[in-house]
Amino acid sequence: MTNDSARPGSAAAEPLLRLRGIEKHFGAVEALRGVDLDVPPAQVTALVGDNGAGKSVLVKCIAGIHEPDAGKIFFEGKRVHIRGPKDSARLGIEVVYQDLALCDNLDVVQNMFLGRERLSRGFLDEDSMERSASQTLADLRVTTVRSVRQAVQSLSGGQRQSVAVAKAVMWNSKLVILDEPTAALGVAQTRQVLDLVSTLAERGLAVIMISHNLNDVFKVADRIAVLRLGEMVGQAPASQFDSQAVVELMTTGRSSRDGDASERPSAGEGR
Amino acid sequence: MTPDPDTSREPRRSDAPEAGEAEARRAPAPADSPRTLGGLLREWWTQILAGESGVLPVVLGLIAIGIIFQTQNARFLSAGNLVNLLVQGSVFMLIGMGEVFVLLLGEIDLSLGFVAGIGGTVVTELVQSGTSWPWWAAIAMALAVTTLIGALQGTLVTRLRLPSFVVTLAGLLGWQGVMIRLLGVGGTISIPDETINNLANGTLSDVTGWLLAAAVVLVFGAATVVQDGKRRRSGLAAPPRFLTLFKILVAAAAASGLVVLTNVDRGVRAFPVSGMPWVIPIVFGVLMVWSVLLGRTRFGRYVYAIGGNAEAARRAGINLARIRTIAFALAGLTAGIGGIIYASRLRSMSTSFDGGTIVLYVVATAVIGGTSLFGGRGHPLHPILGGIVIAAIVNGMGLLGLSAAIQLIATALVLLASITVDVVVRRRGETAH
Repeated sequence: MTNDSARPGSAAAEPLLRLRGIEKHFGAVEALRGVDLDVPPAQVTALVGDNGAGKSVLVKCIAGIHEPDAGKIFFEGKRVHIRGPKDSARLGIEVVYQDLALCDNLDVVQNMFLGRERLSRGFLDEDSMERSASQTLADLRVTTVRSVRQAVQSLSGGQRQSVAVAKAVMWNSKLVILDEPTAALGVAQTRQVLDLVSTLAERGLAVIMISHNLNDVFKVADRIAVLRLGEMVGQAPASQFDSQAVVELMTTGRSSRDGDASERPSAGEGR
Repeated sequence: MTPDPDTSREPRRSDAPEAGEAEARRAPAPADSPRTLGGLLREWWTQILAGESGVLPVVLGLIAIGIIFQTQNARFLSAGNLVNLLVQGSVFMLIGMGEVFVLLLGEIDLSLGFVAGIGGTVVTELVQSGTSWPWWAAIAMALAVTTLIGALQGTLVTRLRLPSFVVTLAGLLGWQGVMIRLLGVGGTISIPDETINNLANGTLSDVTGWLLAAAVVLVFGAATVVQDGKRRRSGLAAPPRFLTLFKILVAAAAASGLVVLTNVDRGVRAFPVSGMPWVIPIVFGVLMVWSVLLGRTRFGRYVYAIGGNAEAARRAGINLARIRTIAFALAGLTAGIGGIIYASRLRSMSTSFDGGTIVLYVVATAVIGGTSLFGGRGHPLHPILGGIVIAAIVNGMGLLGLSAAIQLIATALVLLASITVDVVVRRRGETAH
C-alpha cells in the first residue's frame, strides 16, 4: 500500500474523503439529514457542533460502525461502501476514540502493536517492534514519553493520547479521526496534543478532529465543518470563520456574517 | 500547509537493519539511560514508586520468614528442610501456574483442585494391573482429560458468557463427584508404577544434578548475551554489560546453591537420601515453558491484553473467546500435572483428596507471589514464590510445634498482606496519570 497517490500538490487538491447526502435514522430519530463533507489530505478538518448535532454518528458512519441509510461516500475519488470497521481500516481510516482503548498493563510498544504483532520464527519480535514504535513517536515529535518500555498506566493523559494517536497512524493510515482529543487535559498537555494534530497534517494525513473547544479548533484547524441537528450548516477554510460565526452556526444554523453564506453546505461541490 | 516532500513519503515500517542506528539517534532516547549502577538503582526505585514492584514484596517476605524461623529453630534453614519445603510446595506451585492463566484474564477457576484430583486419579487407574498402561501413556491420557475439562469449562464461560466463578464452582463439586466415582468404594488405590512414584519421590544422582544445572545456566547465559548484544548493536536501550554479566552470575550461583543444597545427605544414618528431587526440574520446566508462552508469543500477549482492557483487545481484532478458552484449557493441563505429582508423592490416590482446600491455597500462592486477582498482572513465577512462602509457614510453624490453628491464622495474615499490596499497587497505578 502506498500513500503517494494521495499526496496533494497543494491544499486545493482533490478531497481524500467526500461524503454526499449522508442520512442516518434511528427509528423515528433523524440523526443525519443529507450531510455533505469534504476532507482534504494534509489538512485538519474540525468537526464542531452542539451535543446531539450528529458528530459522533457521522464519524461512526465513516468508521463503519454505522452504515448510512442513504448517501454516497467517496474515498480517493472512488465510491466506497464501508460496512464494518474492517472496511474502514482497509481503506486507511483509523479512529482514536475518546476512551483511547489502551491496555494499562502493557507498555507503549505492546499497545501500539496490539493485534498486529510482528513475529520472527513464531515468537514476538520485540526489538523490531520497539524500533518502529520509537521511530513513529520520533516522527510525530512526541518527545515526552520517557521510555517506550514504560507501562501505559504510568503515562499522563497527554502522553496516553499521543500513544493512541501514534498507534493509529502507524499502519499507513490516510485519514485519522480524533474524537475530542483534548477533553480532560490540562493546558500544557492540550498544547502537546494539538502540536501532534498539526504534525499529522504536515505529514500529509487527513485529520478529522471532533471538538467542543473552539480555542483548540482555531489553533489547529485548516477547515471547519459545523453540524447542527443532523445538518451541515457551514463548511469552509478556518480563515473564513471567527468564533462568533461558528457559535452562531452551531446554535442557530445561520451566521450574520457576509461571505459565509456562499460557503454553506454547497461549498464542497464548488471546489 | 504544504507537506514537506521528505516527511510525506515516509517508510513507516522500516525493517532494514541498517536503518537501526539512524532510527535510534532520532528516536526518543531514554533520557536517563541507566548505564551506571547508580542510574540502574534510580530507575528501579522509580519503578517501585510507580507501583511496579514486581516480586520484591514476596522476596522480602521470604527473607523475613527465613530469619524469623531460623532464629527460633536452627533446623529451619538446614538443607534437608529446605528441600523438603520445595517438594511440599510443588503441588501448589504447579496448580498455581495453571491458575495464573485464568487470573491473568481477570477470571477465577475454583475447580482446579479437583481437576488435579481427576488427573491423579486417571493416572492411578490406568497403571493398575488390570489396565496396565505404560506410565507415559497414562500421564498423556490424564493430561488430555484435564485439558479437555479446562476447555469445556472455558467454553461455558466464553460462549455462554457464564461467570467463571459459578462455572468452576460447579466444577469443584462435580469433579469431586466424578473422582470419587472413579476411585470406587475402596477409597484408596495405590500406584504400582515406580516411574510415576519417582516423579515426586525419586532423586537425580549428584552428577546429573550438576550437569542439569550447568546446562540450564549455559542456555540462560547464552540467551542473555545474545539478546542483550543484539539490542546493543541495534541501538535499543540495552542493559549495560556489567548487568548482563551480573544476571548470569546470579543464575549460576542460584543453580549451584540449589545443587549443593540438594546433594547434601538429608536422610538418616540407615537410609541416606541425597540428590535433586525429580520434581524440581519438573516445576522448573513448566515454569520455563509457560513463561515463554506468556512472554514471547502472541497468545501470551493477548492474555495480558484481555486482562488489562478487554474492550481494547476486542477493538484490536483479538478473538477474545478463543484466547480465553485456550487459557482455561492450559489451566486444566497444568493442574493435571500438579495432580499427578500429588498422587506420586503419596504413591496412591484416595477419596480423601481435598481439592477444595487445595484450590484456595493455590489462589493464595498466586496472589502472595504478586499475581493480581483483577487480571492483567501476573507471572508463572508468582505461584512458585507464593508456594514457597506458604510451605515455609506451614513447615516452620510445624518445626516450632505450633498448632494447626496458629498456622491457619498466620497463612491468612500473609494472604491479607499480599492482597493489600496488590490493591494498593493498583490504586497507585490509577492515580499516576
